[in-house]
Amino acid sequence: MSTTSTTSIDAAVELRRLTRRSFATGGIAAVAGATGLWWIKRAAPDGGISWPLRTMMEFNTRVSEAIFDPNRLAPTFDVARALEPRVNGMIGLKKELDLRRWHLDVLTGGEKPVVERSLPINAIHELPRVEMVTEFKCVEGWSEVVQWAGCRLSDFITKYGHDTPFVGLSTPDRAYYVGLDRASAVHSQSLLAYEMNGRPLTPGHGAPLRLVCSLKYGVKSIKRIGAIQFTNKRPADYWAEQGYDWYLGH
Amino acid sequence: MRRIEHKHPRPIRWMHWLNVVLLSGMIWSGLLIYWANDIYRVQIGRWVLLHLFPDGFYNAFGLAGRLAEGMAWHFALMWGFAINGLAYVGYTLASGEWRHLVPNRNSFREAWQVMLHDLHLSQIEPPKRKFNGAQQFAYTGVILMGGGSLLTGLAIFKPVQFGWLTWFLGGYESARFEHFALTVGYVLFFLVHIAQVMRAGWNNFRAMVCGYELVDEATS
Repeated sequence: MSTTSTTSIDAAVELRRLTRRSFATGGIAAVAGATGLWWIKRAAPDGGISWPLRTMMEFNTRVSEAIFDPNRLAPTFDVARALEPRVNGMIGLKKELDLRRWHLDVLTGGEKPVVERSLPINAIHELPRVEMVTEFKCVEGWSEVVQWAGCRLSDFITKYGHDTPFVGLSTPDRAYYVGLDRASAVHSQSLLAYEMNGRPLTPGHGAPLRLVCSLKYGVKSIKRIGAIQFTNKRPADYWAEQGYDWYLGH
Repeated sequence: MRRIEHKHPRPIRWMHWLNVVLLSGMIWSGLLIYWANDIYRVQIGRWVLLHLFPDGFYNAFGLAGRLAEGMAWHFALMWGFAINGLAYVGYTLASGEWRHLVPNRNSFREAWQVMLHDLHLSQIEPPKRKFNGAQQFAYTGVILMGGGSLLTGLAIFKPVQFGWLTWFLGGYESARFEHFALTVGYVLFFLVHIAQVMRAGWNNFRAMVCGYELVDEATS
């Protein structure tokens, strides 16, 4: 009887020791983990988000680029499914635009870009017309099937642009601007669109010319393009400065 | 006589607790993302029974207007969640621990018995094993759900490069819904899991921290 109880007490003492040790280890790990997460949250910002999180975005971009296959296409839909997407962003569209005076500036050079040419809308209309019905996916989480018509950005680049690693696009007032990597820019589903759902673009949807990049979230599909820049340096991107990923590729 | 018995291997304990942090982080950052387009609701015809979620919910937990932050955390923590989950599956397979976890032929009947017992509808005690049938279904099921979250997540993260997966899941919007539904599933799992752990008591909980449990040996 006494042996039994001694063993039980021994067991209880031993378990208390193990418990204390494990809770101490667990406590230290929990404090270290919480400190680490706190540090990530409070680290100096880089483009509106703490730099370790920015570093992870860039890591994800490298992974995305490594698995990128230009032959993979965004799914296309029957035109009957096309709907009017909501007008979600008005940055760069606030002032009324005089369509007769609109032109598209083509810029080259990195630090001090120079206007190489200034194109009228006819220059875009003369390029082969392409229609596509793809899903417009907003970074907010909603999506809408939309029919677009325009020219391929790749055709535009071949005729008027340069084969640079990056393409930057901005509104005439430079209030909104996006950057694209070359692979996404020359993809067959990246259009300079002038029609949406069979009608010319409305001002709210980016008349007279907008980008539709089916490989990226909608924020990259800049409305009312005023300038296209060909550059070796990754162009500034409005939302990437507000804490979003620069690449945003699908 | 009472003695100490080893119950949970160290890797399982570490991965379990790490997953608590990672999955909490994924759900929290997921809510920051979901806020931007919170369209899911339970409704009959036009009568909305439950909107996921009312504004008060976001305000109470400070979840509103933080989409960029949510995406940044979600797409960083996802690696930890995926690696930890795959490591867990790999470990349970390599160590043979899966034998305790994966349901077998008798688990259906046993799980039913356990449920009746836990709802006080039956007097039959659950078997004294590491995991009973109900636990086997719960713990294997939640791992499958984890795999589902990775796949549905990948389908909405890269819907073009993994277009076949998105297509298989019924399209982009379906995949987003499935991803969300799985999260609701985790929350339901937590509710039951935490209630059961509280019911089972300190000895059982402690075993998930230190690995050992005090057992009575009635016969000696």
